[in-house]
Amino acid sequence: MELVKQLLKGDKRACARLITLVENDDPQARKALKEIYPHTGHAHIIGVTGPPGAGKSSLVDKLTQFYRSHEKTVGIIAVDPSSPFTGGALLGDRIRMQERATDSGVFIRSMGTRGHMGGLAACTKDAIKILDAFGKDVIIVETVGTGQDEVDIIRAADTVLVVTMPSLGDDIQAIKAGILEIGDIFVVNKADLDYADTAVMELEMMLDFGNKKRWNPPVIKTIASTEKGIDTLAAAIDSHMEFLKKEGLLGENRRLKVEMELLEVLNQYITKEILEKAKKSEKFDDLIDSIVKRKIDYHTAAKKLLKH
Amino acid sequence: MRKIRVLVAKPGLDGHDRGAKVVARALRDAGMEVIYTGLRQTPEQIAEAALQEDVDCVGLSILSGAHMTLIPKVIELLKKNKAEDILITVGGIIPDEDAAKLRSIGVDEVFGPGTPTQDIIEFIQSHARA
Repeated sequence: MELVKQLLKGDKRACARLITLVENDDPQARKALKEIYPHTGHAHIIGVTGPPGAGKSSLVDKLTQFYRSHEKTVGIIAVDPSSPFTGGALLGDRIRMQERATDSGVFIRSMGTRGHMGGLAACTKDAIKILDAFGKDVIIVETVGTGQDEVDIIRAADTVLVVTMPSLGDDIQAIKAGILEIGDIFVVNKADLDYADTAVMELEMMLDFGNKKRWNPPVIKTIASTEKGIDTLAAAIDSHMEFLKKEGLLGENRRLKVEMELLEVLNQYITKEILEKAKKSEKFDDLIDSIVKRKIDYHTAAKKLLKH
Repeated sequence: MRKIRVLVAKPGLDGHDRGAKVVARALRDAGMEVIYTGLRQTPEQIAEAALQEDVDCVGLSILSGAHMTLIPKVIELLKKNKAEDILITVGGIIPDEDAAKLRSIGVDEVFGPGTPTQDIIEFIQSHARA
């Protein structure tokens, strides 16, 4: 495919166009991904998640600046929510990153979730592959502002940063399940606000409760607006990657992600096939009527459709 | 599914972006994906963002009076990158004679004060390449 050839040569328009194809689930996208896949696997993929307003975009911007000063190229995917009513979206993460816009070593792409749950868009993982093949050393994926349960990022990233800020809740918030379990590194941004040390302490206590793992997630204070703590954060990200490599976990984790993604793709194919068959079945409308009249229940009807 | 993507940008130095935000919101509510770049953007930043985001339309909002300097530069940079297929609309305080000149160098439409947002939505929907 011509676009893929151009991508591999470093053509940014081809990169942008290919991401559009996977976003639109265009028939050409699968063909392109087939050709792109052998060229992936080189980038360090960093996920950045956390509640809205914690400063994820600003932190991504300053981390990017840091990597650029160390001669690493950076790809950024910034996900924001799409409207459940109109499908429209206002993608505003880029506002914090526009200083990087003219740096040829940086490629920034904003993305709407388009109805996908879990904090990422359905095609985010494919877009990562495109940026990887494009030759970016580091790919930073910023999720939508997350609440407590949007943990898709662990299936996409090697290193996950959970970004929070002072005064967001008490210590019980910190021991709930979900997003706080997925951090490889915790960041308390806006650390110049009151109660920053309390936030750090609560996170550290939460981490201390858990079973000791081979990797103990550090809690790092940053002030993105003044770049304070960015070098410490970048060093922690580096040590996490070194740890993964040293323990043989990088391969193991990536294999696990491959398994999950394969099951996801398989699921899409199977679901599509079964749903199409079910809708075409002559029993379909009758079964809906029967359910409406409460003659049978959903599970019995579904089983009848599957037998067909 | 194809979705119309629009970059809403404010070139130059004026710090007044209420109009840009109102338009961004209206386009969002019409089902488009709107990328907003924030204030004080250079033509280079705007063109780069348009290319990386692979947008179908760039909406430029400008009130400072510098439109005849900044907008031709954005157009020139897009042309240089073979992106003349991107629709370009301009909003703000643009005198009629300037609007005519802007149209002659590649601006697809100029929307003055008081334009109903529905007009902008319809123009983009019927003219964007999507």
